[in-house]
Amino acid sequence: MAKQMHPTPMLDELEKGPWPSFVTGLKRLAKDKDYMVDVLGHLEHSYKTRKGYWKGGTVGVIGYGGGVIPRFTEIKDEKGAAVFKDAAEFHTIRIMPPPGMHYDTDTLRMFCDVWEKYGSGLIALHGQSGDIMMQGCTTENVQKAWDEINQQGFDMGGAGPAVRTAMSCVGAARCEQSCYDEAKAHQMVINTFLDDIHRPALPYKFKFKFSGCGNDCMNSIQRADMAVIGTWRDNMSTDDALGKKWFAKHGMNELINDVVSRCPSKALQIKDSKDVRKDSHISAVALNDSQSLEVDNKDCVRCMHCINVMTGALGVGKDKGASILIGGHSHLKIGATMGTVVVPFMSMKNDEDYEKLVEVAQSAIDFFAENALEHERTGEMIERIGLVNYLEGIGVDVDANMVTTPRMNPYVRTDGWDEEVAKINAKKAAA
Amino acid sequence: MAQPQMRRPVEHFLDNKKFLHPKFAANYGNWKYHDRPRPGVLHHVSHSGDEVWTVRAGTQRQMDVHTIRLLCDIADKFAEGRVRFTIRSNIEYMLSEESKVAPLIAELEKSGFPVGGTGNSITMVAHTQGWLHCDIPGTDASGVVKSMMDGLYEEFKREEMPNRVHLSTSCCSINCGGQADIAVIIQHTKPPKINHDLVANVCERPTVVARCPVAAIRPALVNGKPSLEVDEKKCICCGACYPPCPPMQINDPEHSKLAIWVGGKNSNARGKPTFMKMVASGLPNNPPRWPEVNAIVKNILMTYKADARPWERLADWIDRIGWPRFFEKTGLTFTKYLIDDWRGSRASLNASNHIRF
Repeated sequence: MAKQMHPTPMLDELEKGPWPSFVTGLKRLAKDKDYMVDVLGHLEHSYKTRKGYWKGGTVGVIGYGGGVIPRFTEIKDEKGAAVFKDAAEFHTIRIMPPPGMHYDTDTLRMFCDVWEKYGSGLIALHGQSGDIMMQGCTTENVQKAWDEINQQGFDMGGAGPAVRTAMSCVGAARCEQSCYDEAKAHQMVINTFLDDIHRPALPYKFKFKFSGCGNDCMNSIQRADMAVIGTWRDNMSTDDALGKKWFAKHGMNELINDVVSRCPSKALQIKDSKDVRKDSHISAVALNDSQSLEVDNKDCVRCMHCINVMTGALGVGKDKGASILIGGHSHLKIGATMGTVVVPFMSMKNDEDYEKLVEVAQSAIDFFAENALEHERTGEMIERIGLVNYLEGIGVDVDANMVTTPRMNPYVRTDGWDEEVAKINAKKAAA
Repeated sequence: MAQPQMRRPVEHFLDNKKFLHPKFAANYGNWKYHDRPRPGVLHHVSHSGDEVWTVRAGTQRQMDVHTIRLLCDIADKFAEGRVRFTIRSNIEYMLSEESKVAPLIAELEKSGFPVGGTGNSITMVAHTQGWLHCDIPGTDASGVVKSMMDGLYEEFKREEMPNRVHLSTSCCSINCGGQADIAVIIQHTKPPKINHDLVANVCERPTVVARCPVAAIRPALVNGKPSLEVDEKKCICCGACYPPCPPMQINDPEHSKLAIWVGGKNSNARGKPTFMKMVASGLPNNPPRWPEVNAIVKNILMTYKADARPWERLADWIDRIGWPRFFEKTGLTFTKYLIDDWRGSRASLNASNHIRF
């Protein structure tokens, strides 16, 4: 039995309503732990005064320069003593989850046991960083908890100016839209940068995210410094039986309104089956015995919409790989930047392909480490130096897939034009 | 006395193979298609003919060990001891037999976990740490989300929206909650209050000066002490100076307001990915249940639900109806603060006579 609870009239309001309540969970933990009694008091104080009261500091484990997020209370009495003394320290340990966030129950129970013993008993699955957040631990217990977790085969996530914990979608494990082995790419890239995760020495954070297709379930384009997004080069796959099944259920109106007219590049047409073009870049799926949906794969941008709607009837192709987009990040400081295409397509089939992906990641990290200003993300750096300088820095040739449109102003010196054309033509001839 | 033995960490990153559900392991990279038999349930079929049913349930994200153990007990009983989590903190159970779907749903709902969040539902809010753990939060996260999801509970369990709806909340402009169809983010309205006694000892002043997006901070001597001063005419109240310099307090119980943003979309489906746009600000930071914010979020959602066509995400819907009608239909007020003047802002102006009447 723990000490008596502080009154928490405001937090009590968050036990009402049907959604699972974190307050009920905190109170359950507070039955056994003085620590959590004071955490509840601390949080209620924030609710009452509408301010946060945790400050950072320096807490770590042997061998690592980051991964623990230290928190010390700032609610002090006039003598400088913590008002909620059992919750004076409330550190978080970030742990990297398995790619795709798959678990067996033994592992989850192991985390529970360790955290009940050494920590608060509160675990966030998962933080926005993609980590398992073991929330709430004293300075004294951080190393002990970490030792047990690490001995169970788990490693620390990133924090501060470092390569951060990566994320990958469920992908090949369950999804037919997966265009590469996301977990394998995730694992190979992260294993290359463990040192940069655990010993923060970069100008600022660098995030990798891996999504198996353009649906980008990991939100990589807006959040990752390097986004790896699955795509394919050949024709969309089709299945006539599933096409007919879909059409029988949904009919022509839905086909036109929800599929054909929503194609962003107008690559879809409804045809009499006998009129479907025979060119190699055309694929078609039967709707009934006489009509088909024709896809011009040269026009298709692999946006995924029609595949999302007519799952199985339409599917991703066989010549699969990924696009790499660089420079996504959120508001501060120049305003949010979207990742932009740096590698339009990389085949992702054999081990050499995955090693090439790691090489691209390595050049992105190396250039970032050398050239970014302090506290500058890759997207901000590219905005400052221009994409062409960035590409030259990482050794990637320009490609028209990298722009929405060519330049719209004349303010550029073009006296190297002929040499550039000659160089590009020579490369084309040699390829 | 001997020094204690310090254990060196074992550095490695985990393979996920041993955690995969047996059907996932057996059909890895070999799936053919999927459908959704009912809200909260996905049914995947492999090229080998194997089938797997996934049941998705909402959680509170910040979970106590007792809740996690309960979720584990359910997994052991129905799902061969395997689970996975989505990016929005929903838990997923994988089933090898369709006959287990209904009993699992009954067990989850009996235990207080709503089943849903698939397809065109409103799924769980992506959120941050807030007052519970963050060092710079302007508001709480788990509490805002709890109150928001209480109000959207039925929409989580149904698939009745035009398309999927992603929500997020963030406790400062760093926006850790991320881009979403609708996001609730702290918007400070007053410059930081500086404790000049502490700046010299706590802050690396050149770093703080460099951190300001509008160059409003400069070194100054205040009361004989080295400190920093803010040109309050230039200051945009973003709060970027506060993390590197806690004595520049930006959070204020009264003046840290909440803003609402709409139309973020990370998927490439149909149009290209979009960033969200601010549509309302100045809302009170009102714990424990933030009624003003939740009323506006719900109103936008219900307007979208009634007006959008199938498969239109919130951004697609606004693209069709236009911004003036978005403000008209939602009853929100378009003010001068919503006209962008940051870098690249001219691209957001209407350079055409495309005007809807």
